[in-house]
Amino acid sequence: MLDARATILDVANLKTVFNTRDGMVHAVNHVSFSLAPGELLGIVGESGSGKSVTMMSLLKLLPMPPAEITDGDITFDGRDVRAMSDDELRRVRGGEIGFIFQDPMTSLNPVFTVGFQIMEPLRIHLGLNKKAARIRAAELLELVGIPDATARLKDFPHQFSGGMRQRVMIAIALACDPKVLIADEPTTALDVTIQAQIIELIKELRQKLGMAIIWITHDLGVIAEIADRVAVMYAGQIVEHAEVSELFKNPQHPYTRALLETLPDMSGTRSKRLRSIDGQPPALGKAPSHCEFAPRCTHAFDRCLKENPKRRDVSDNHDVACWWDAKTGGAADA
Amino acid sequence: MLDGTSKPLLKVNNLKMHFPIYRGILKKQVGAVKAVDGISFDIMQGETLGLVGESGCGKSTAGRCVLRLYEVTDGNIELDGEDIADLTGPQLRAKRPEMQMIFQDPQASLNPRMTVGSIISEPLYEHRKMTKPERRARVDELMDAVGLARRFADRYPHEFSGGQRQRIGIARALALNPKFIVCDEPIAALDVSIQAQVVNLLEDLQEKLGLTYLFISHDLSMVRHLADRVAVMYLGKLVELGDSETLYTAPQHPYTQALLSAVPHPDPAKAGNIDRVILQGDVPSPANPPKGCNFCTRCPVATEICHKDEPEWRQIGEGHFAACHLIK
Repeated sequence: MLDARATILDVANLKTVFNTRDGMVHAVNHVSFSLAPGELLGIVGESGSGKSVTMMSLLKLLPMPPAEITDGDITFDGRDVRAMSDDELRRVRGGEIGFIFQDPMTSLNPVFTVGFQIMEPLRIHLGLNKKAARIRAAELLELVGIPDATARLKDFPHQFSGGMRQRVMIAIALACDPKVLIADEPTTALDVTIQAQIIELIKELRQKLGMAIIWITHDLGVIAEIADRVAVMYAGQIVEHAEVSELFKNPQHPYTRALLETLPDMSGTRSKRLRSIDGQPPALGKAPSHCEFAPRCTHAFDRCLKENPKRRDVSDNHDVACWWDAKTGGAADA
Repeated sequence: MLDGTSKPLLKVNNLKMHFPIYRGILKKQVGAVKAVDGISFDIMQGETLGLVGESGCGKSTAGRCVLRLYEVTDGNIELDGEDIADLTGPQLRAKRPEMQMIFQDPQASLNPRMTVGSIISEPLYEHRKMTKPERRARVDELMDAVGLARRFADRYPHEFSGGQRQRIGIARALALNPKFIVCDEPIAALDVSIQAQVVNLLEDLQEKLGLTYLFISHDLSMVRHLADRVAVMYLGKLVELGDSETLYTAPQHPYTQALLSAVPHPDPAKAGNIDRVILQGDVPSPANPPKGCNFCTRCPVATEICHKDEPEWRQIGEGHFAACHLIK
């Protein structure tokens, strides 16, 4: 689907389900994407669209059971992740792939000092001794912009503000010099002014360290600001995928188009009424047999309710999963 | 929506809400969290006033004070010509139907053990003498108004999605035909595609019923869309107030400027060339606000006087107020 550039992470046809008492939930339905070294891929979607579950599946961070990866290939740095043993996986998690989670309060342990928590991956993954780890931890804290770093290593998470805590999380994720950093809504819980600080920090760190980043968010504004490429998810599937400027200039999928129109404009004139998307996102009790967006789509026609569209290329760096053709306004020939 | 003849429905003057801090075995008061520290504003009949600010700046407390959900420390709140700041007991209760609230988290603000019908009719039960069939008829009417099917009246809140739950909350707020509604972050917990539905509903209801809103939010772009005038709050004080067009196109206070420039633009073409002011540090604690101007610790242009004297809240243009030493 993508061009033949070098890839650090390649996901093909990933399917994750949850076996619950009330039946199966199809959370991720044949998702494919790849990530080049040093690239920033944005993943946008509403809650329940499967963004987080996709990322958690990559490193088997989901409780299994009830979760189960039923199909697909995950290749990280030339290695097959699904075939890895628990020991190998443990080395990748937090070592070669770093994670930043949404809520910095619940993802830091309140009974350990921040220094201990930054030193933990350094000692486990890199085998540093206590002294070396402490020096490196202080460097990391400084790197993420926390003043008086050495002294603050002794502080506990509650002594930091929300934005500072998120910086600590970033320091932990970066501790082992990861090749890929997965950031799951890292700024959603923060205020806009703090969000701007964190975005600026990530941009800076990316330039300095050159890791690839997957940034999950529901905020299209944040995506426009930092991403190189964007994948839009709906009901556990990628419905559109393009370079960032292309996606905002030339959105193809009715869902993406509607999402962009629901945003109120900050500059320009005040619009009379916001465009809304009627209806609700679907429950994921069944594997998709038709386009999941069709019931809410203004362009849907009979085929949309019969067959689930596959991703088709619109241009070199742009593909969409939709039977409707935005250019002609009629059915796409695929 | 607004014209020159409209009168203020709500007048807030020098409102203060200080929460005491007690320490030691004798529970001696050692200080106070100055959540709201002297704010003044008017809201016209039929108008929407947006109240924005970062978390912890006191915007929700201000909204709750206006509805008299707290015993306010000081100040006047005039609703429709009557000062309600010091009302108590039955007099206050008689005023309650005129002012209502829509809460942020529809999950937490609806009783999970009550049916939707009983949730919406509870205010009627408390404040109106109505027979059961009358109440039922009013519930049907309200559910129609907010776009919920009447047959859902016997269901429980957990059977609804976030957007629908927020509609239930709105129906409950409308039950007593209020004049004034405080919307405390009503869309913050909702997905983007659902936010627009709820915002459109709020606008439709305002037009139909002539409601007046105080719309509290941290979503600056949504406030611009909804509000006629916008007030910006920082650490318990208002820093700027003006009609939304002026405030968004020509913000005067350095905090407003920083806040607006921090909003990410959903347009990659523009994202590169925004002159962004990135504020350093965090909001100071309201229990121990800085001396002088509240914002001086983070202000990119603060001078000596800002660290010494508190700036005065004054008019800087037509209907445009701000508190800053540096605005001429």
